[in-house]
Amino acid sequence: MPANYIPRFASLLLCLLGMAAQAQSPASGPGLSSDVPTIVIRDGTGSALPITVVPFAFEGVGAPAETDVSDVVRMDLARSGKFKTLDKKDVVEFPSRGGDIKFPTWNLLKQSYVVVGRMTDAEGGAMRVEFELYDVPKQERLLGLAITGQRSDLRGVGHQVADLIYEKITGVRGAFWTRIAYVTAAGVSPNINYALMVADSDGYNPQVLVRSREPLLSPSWSPDGKKLAYVSFERGDSAIYIQEIATGSRQVVSNRKGINGAPAFSPDGSKLALTLSYLGNPDIFVMDLGSRETKRLTNHFSIDTEAQWMPDGQTLVFTSDRSGKPQLYQVSASGGDATRLTFQGEYNAKSSVSYDGKMFAMAQGTGNVYRIAVLDRSTGAGTMKPISPGSVDESPSFAPNGSMLLYAATDGPRGVLYAVSADGRVRQRLVLADGDVREPSWGPFRQR
Amino acid sequence: MNTSLRLAIAALLCVTAVGCAKKVKPTSSTQPSDSTSQNASTDRSSEAGPYTEASLNSDSCLRQRVIYFDLDRTEIRGEFQAQIACHSKFIRQFPNYNVTLEGNADERGSREYNLGLGERRGNAVQSALSSAGAPGTQLNVVSYGEERPTCKDHSEDCWSKNRRVEIVYTKN
Repeated sequence: MPANYIPRFASLLLCLLGMAAQAQSPASGPGLSSDVPTIVIRDGTGSALPITVVPFAFEGVGAPAETDVSDVVRMDLARSGKFKTLDKKDVVEFPSRGGDIKFPTWNLLKQSYVVVGRMTDAEGGAMRVEFELYDVPKQERLLGLAITGQRSDLRGVGHQVADLIYEKITGVRGAFWTRIAYVTAAGVSPNINYALMVADSDGYNPQVLVRSREPLLSPSWSPDGKKLAYVSFERGDSAIYIQEIATGSRQVVSNRKGINGAPAFSPDGSKLALTLSYLGNPDIFVMDLGSRETKRLTNHFSIDTEAQWMPDGQTLVFTSDRSGKPQLYQVSASGGDATRLTFQGEYNAKSSVSYDGKMFAMAQGTGNVYRIAVLDRSTGAGTMKPISPGSVDESPSFAPNGSMLLYAATDGPRGVLYAVSADGRVRQRLVLADGDVREPSWGPFRQR
Repeated sequence: MNTSLRLAIAALLCVTAVGCAKKVKPTSSTQPSDSTSQNASTDRSSEAGPYTEASLNSDSCLRQRVIYFDLDRTEIRGEFQAQIACHSKFIRQFPNYNVTLEGNADERGSREYNLGLGERRGNAVQSALSSAGAPGTQLNVVSYGEERPTCKDHSEDCWSKNRRVEIVYTKN
């Protein structure tokens, strides 16, 4: 097929010119943005750890791999905000094994860590990626591991390498090898095509899960990462679906009169919190997914919606405008009175709770400016801090390790997604499809 | 009795509508007698000419199918009372028409909360139509929240166009 042959030939040619890295396309498939992902760093990089990821040597026979795994690793570490990576163009030596590292060079470049690696052929056309992580001042090897993956999944291998390095240095499990869900809208009203998408955590390898001519929103991952619950208007009014990602098979779990919205799986996956308005106005309900029975959790004439489970499954956080404007409240999973959680900011909605239950991200509105803010309750009463610039930011979603968030923003008339470190210091726009992108939801850790 | 109550409400709405319309006329009198005569003439004209199905596309009031709302509000502004009155009259007259009230919000804030806000606005129009005599069985509310904007600029001018309820007729 000429269409396949030409890009491959072009990439081979560029490899021969020693420009393999530049030849790498940002994502596979047609209609994708070719934007170069730029990382925006604010407030300096004081606490970020300097690390160099040396380009991995290709030691296989046959065509070089289309993905340079070290590029994936470098970009992941940089995006996390925890690391300051040395630009590829500033790398002056190219060791591929620990024994070849000249530590004075990396000391001179003020690097705390250096990663070296090589890619070799494995059985069945797969590639074996061997890598080593060194502490530069101590000249000590911290990691020496190998991961084997198909050539088509080298980005996945890169994310797993980045996770291991991240965990070794920070003590926190990495969350780069995870997936995200989001919604795209293409076309002009009334001919808009909506799609529910699943992609790698950095936006690469996008796959269409659902296509619809009517709005789709609020994707929510099952804790095992195998299913998504979402809201679709394809029946004319809102309905909640649960869909298996691998097979595409799906079921309507709620299509009552009025709003069927904001689904959220419980941490054990046995229940679904949802918003229903069939009794007059939106309230929070919990559905047992086995029996499909629903139990009403809130009963208030205000709008109660956007329930999220606390990690222990005993409490839910939700948005309510019972005090006038939307604020976050907590209610026990067994019902009872709700208590108010947020007091700073005139508008706080759509929370995302970190895995340890200590941080609450939300869309915070003040006047006409809507930013993402994080309420950190790990110390005392808690501190509220905006982590995005605004002005139409919404829909925050924590990574499963709480280190980063995804959120939706706008660029002119178009919706775009950003990944931001939990402290707001480092921000990067995801490379995704052209058109309108919204409703990001960060999936759980994956099992190898 | 029910009918007379409805008529009374409809008449009241007409007064409000006329009252509002009058506000933009600097020369109009504020005397009660004048207001009453205006009201009477409005009533007469609507009773004199019942709608036909074609009125949906020809009558200047029935052709107005969008009601706009203030920020974070669900009250129906005075300027839309005439619209409520004429649509409720048409709906009552044609039981073979169903009406979907599509509630919408502007882009600011979260999508699910905006679904709630859109529904609130839809409900406000539904109860206004019901109060003005439209049978509830012909009315249905669907909220699209911020999903169906008519305009996508990030300005109050645009937002005010998106905070709306659309009156959509379907014939059985």
